[in-house]
Amino acid sequence: MKNNSFDISKGVDWALVLVYVILVVTGIASIFATTYRDENILNGFLSLTTDYSRQTLYFLISAVLAIFILLTDSKFYTATANIFYVFGIILLILVFPFHTDVKGTKSIIRFSSFQLQPAELCKIFVNLALAKYLSSRDIALSKLKTMFIAASLVLIPAILTIMQSETGLALVYFSFFLVMYREGLPSAFLSIGFSLAVLVVLTLLIDQDILAVGLTLLAGFVVFLFKRQISRRKSLFFVVFAIWAFCVGVQRFAVPYFFNHVLKPYQVQRIYSTVGKDFQVDTKTISEEDLKKIEEKKKAGNYNVKQSKIAIGSGGFFGKGLLKGTQTRYDFVPEQRTDFIFCTIGEGFGFIGSLLLLALYLFMIFRVIRIAERQRSSFSRCYAYGVASVLFFHVFINVGMTIGIVPVIGIPLPFMSYGGTAQITFTVLLFILIRLDADRQMILR
Amino acid sequence: MPAINQSRQNVIRLIIGISFSILIIRLLFLQLASSKYDLLAIDNAVSKKVIFPERGIVFDRKGKSILENTQTYDLMILPTQLKGLDTQGVCAILKIEMPEFKDRLISAIIKNGRYRPSIFEASLSTETFVQLQENIYRFEPGFFLQERPIRSYPYKAAAQVLGYVGEVDSTILKRTNFFYQIGDYMGLSGLERFYEPILMGQRGVRYQVKDNKNRIVGPYEQGRFDSIAIAGRNLRTYMDIDLQVLAERLLKNKLGAIVAIEPKTGGILALASGPTYDPNQLTGNQRRNNFSWLLRDTSRPLFNRAIKGQYPPGSTIKPIQALVALDEGVITPNFGLNCRGAYLGCRRPISCEEKFAGHAGNLRLALAHSCNSYFSHIYRLAIDNPNERTTVNGYLRWKRYMNSFGLGVKLGVDLPSEDRGYIPDTSFYNRIYNKSWSSCTNVFLGIGQGEMQATPLQMANLMSIIANKGYYYIPHFVKSIDDPRESDTILNRYKIKHNVTNIPDTIYNIVQMAMQDVVESGTARGARIEGIAMSGKTGTAENYGIIYGKREKLANHSWFVCFAPRENPKIAVAVVVENAGFGSTWAGPMASLMVEKYLKDTLSQARWKEVERIESKEIILPIVKAKRAALDSLRLQRLRNDLLRRQAFLPLSPFDKKNHERIILAFHLNALKPDHEEQFI
Repeated sequence: MKNNSFDISKGVDWALVLVYVILVVTGIASIFATTYRDENILNGFLSLTTDYSRQTLYFLISAVLAIFILLTDSKFYTATANIFYVFGIILLILVFPFHTDVKGTKSIIRFSSFQLQPAELCKIFVNLALAKYLSSRDIALSKLKTMFIAASLVLIPAILTIMQSETGLALVYFSFFLVMYREGLPSAFLSIGFSLAVLVVLTLLIDQDILAVGLTLLAGFVVFLFKRQISRRKSLFFVVFAIWAFCVGVQRFAVPYFFNHVLKPYQVQRIYSTVGKDFQVDTKTISEEDLKKIEEKKKAGNYNVKQSKIAIGSGGFFGKGLLKGTQTRYDFVPEQRTDFIFCTIGEGFGFIGSLLLLALYLFMIFRVIRIAERQRSSFSRCYAYGVASVLFFHVFINVGMTIGIVPVIGIPLPFMSYGGTAQITFTVLLFILIRLDADRQMILR
Repeated sequence: MPAINQSRQNVIRLIIGISFSILIIRLLFLQLASSKYDLLAIDNAVSKKVIFPERGIVFDRKGKSILENTQTYDLMILPTQLKGLDTQGVCAILKIEMPEFKDRLISAIIKNGRYRPSIFEASLSTETFVQLQENIYRFEPGFFLQERPIRSYPYKAAAQVLGYVGEVDSTILKRTNFFYQIGDYMGLSGLERFYEPILMGQRGVRYQVKDNKNRIVGPYEQGRFDSIAIAGRNLRTYMDIDLQVLAERLLKNKLGAIVAIEPKTGGILALASGPTYDPNQLTGNQRRNNFSWLLRDTSRPLFNRAIKGQYPPGSTIKPIQALVALDEGVITPNFGLNCRGAYLGCRRPISCEEKFAGHAGNLRLALAHSCNSYFSHIYRLAIDNPNERTTVNGYLRWKRYMNSFGLGVKLGVDLPSEDRGYIPDTSFYNRIYNKSWSSCTNVFLGIGQGEMQATPLQMANLMSIIANKGYYYIPHFVKSIDDPRESDTILNRYKIKHNVTNIPDTIYNIVQMAMQDVVESGTARGARIEGIAMSGKTGTAENYGIIYGKREKLANHSWFVCFAPRENPKIAVAVVVENAGFGSTWAGPMASLMVEKYLKDTLSQARWKEVERIESKEIILPIVKAKRAALDSLRLQRLRNDLLRRQAFLPLSPFDKKNHERIILAFHLNALKPDHEEQFI
């Protein structure tokens, strides 16, 4: 920083900052709306015993951090990306001996009254490291080696997180594949991934045998449609056959195997609950204890979603107004300050409010993509896409789960959900981007 | 590469855009397309608390309250607040053991949850209440006392008339389309039931917001939808409670009924059915227990014989038969019959009590001497009326007369479940006699026997008709409702005058004089009252009962019907005493006491002696008595066992409890199907 007249506001994308502030304030207001109990508001804010005051404190800490970030040099991030990544992995490993059990998760380290969740924090480091790797010379995502390294960078923390019983947070890491796709991962991955997703959903919805027949008919139809090409090149027939065999294999064997042996039964139940079905548990292979757990989770999961749907559904077009939502005010929705914070908006401000909030998020994500595309350095672009992907994934899964179209996966709504680690993580994630964007003329390596 | 990347950023944008669209479409369906969630949310968070107003008070004709409200206390329990409380102390006061305490606690939690108070013991006895009130500070906030209004009957009288309130059951819930809720009280019988909409008042509703644990957190929408409770309105009745008490005293140790009506208005002065019970038994915490014992009593104290008891009216029907013949024009008052102790017009002779010549020389003489021959004959004249051409038509016309006199039809008294009595239809005789029957076949109807049955209320109403010379108002209890409203149509039908005959007053005078002769010099001399001109008629009704499966002739029912004073009738009375023999022996003196008490407002010393004499006389069929005694000893045994159990602090075993519930249930079910055999047994 040789330049003494360094101006931190230079090049900063103010629109993004503004949306950020609006979201954070809305979040605090929502937490206030659900937890305010007729106490003196000023005292409530100053005492730091109420959730909304603590969230405000987290915001202030985040703001200070944001200013620090804006004061740093962009080169700092390219230089330290790998170190940070290693630091993040170590933190994740340290969780295993030092974690405190809180509500069934093993991912939290506690310092006096504050808690740290490295799995949350690690998103920043992974994003940095991935950006660093993808922007280095002589790599191409069409090459198998590159693909392997990039995937490992993402999957190692994901696996560590799964081992801490935080499947939801681990799933977030898969959003980085969107970055890789942008950076040249063959499109086949996207279409295969999408097709697989459709196949899995169909497996859930439709009876196994009917689906198998349907797939066979589809294959037959394809053969019929391309019979001229196939008669010219016989190998095409085998391609179709192979795809058919794979699909049937997935729906008949792979998915049931995955559900019965890889996922925990309660997770399977959650997935089934979303499509409105009950998981047919194979009682022979399952322990008594697990069976009980499924029942418990089934009840709790269904209850959460049901109550959250009631809260949002009862909001109507204009909503009931701040502090007037009976469902969110009186604790009918569990976890409503954290993962189910969207209910407060849905009930209090109705469809209009929900639409506005989603519009804000959409604006933010599209803005980030626009920023990504105007970067000269590919490090910044990769990083920006990472931010966009993580935000998108969080918002879609979180809101989707409160309105019952996505299985209940405990991940926070960015900038709004109660929780210090999440708040700081998202702030840092966003402001590093703003910092990088401020230096968009620079080539960073 | 840039071209590819260009398209790829758009693919990414597309994915994100579609995903958000899915969210928005889903929100659209959730928030706008369906109101289901609105209702669910209200169901979740708003509790509707119904506030019960005080029920209306019932007054008698002199303004004395005969059914009013008083307070009782329930001991409430709040399961979450029990920690560190002296529960042993509560047990000691309530005289229950720890296992029983736990049982009740668990059922309270099942019923209302931990966070809401439930009734731990309902309607505390005075003694327990006083003890608890002194010590309640030790048990708060886990226990507290809650006031609840209950009904009270200060005169301990008119049980079957006033009725009782009780918790609604599921059939009522459905029938009223859930106007009532589980746990609500409503009038289940008597005036309490008939005037339920007026007595109950208007329930208030308070909407309150509750949290996820069902705790009340405050009013819903600042009480915008709340309504206040409006107290039930009072009823002013025609009843004379002193007369009612007297009637019940007279019926003590007897099965029967007394009905007294004010002829000019149709207002019921007294309506008693014996045996009766103390209506206060059916309030308070012993309600269920007492009710089950009353149900099991073979003498059926819950059965209102005045409106449901169906008896052959015997000779008391004769004045009416005379009126029918007169109205049809088949006889004149001068019509006479030469009766020598039997009616020989049909195949079987019908015997007559009087034998001397000329006792049926004209209508007045025949009625005064209750000549069976005379009334058999004029009955046949009415049926074989040449204007009607056939017997069937003649009989149908006679039946129409009976119905217009209020026999064989429900009168419409303001009590639930009145019975209609019985006047057979022609189809009845067609069926039994294969369509070949004549006026001889059912000639017994002319003297109030045979298939004919009437309720005491109907008989009293007949006396009203004769007293009024041809019209009546439907007998009813309630004169007026306090704070009348436009919507009160319930009393309208009691203001309609029913004209029954077209007989001139002069002929009525003859019938009335003949009935006065009955009292002055005829069969009912024992009912004569000094200084009051009373018209009356005795009746001695033959009847049969089925005892252990065999049809047997039982002792005659004793009837007496009358009105007084003859010139300006103020009271009409019907008395029936089951199996008490001649009408003049018991029913006559009882009716005369009723008339005297009402008209003179007091009774002389000598007359009170008479009351005591009648009161102490027991007239109950031996078989009923035996069954009743067996039940009483069983009850005594139960009470003794209960007492011993309490003293020994032996908790009731669950089996005992279940068994007990079953018995009560069985009797409730039995009560729903009236058993006609039991009426006579």
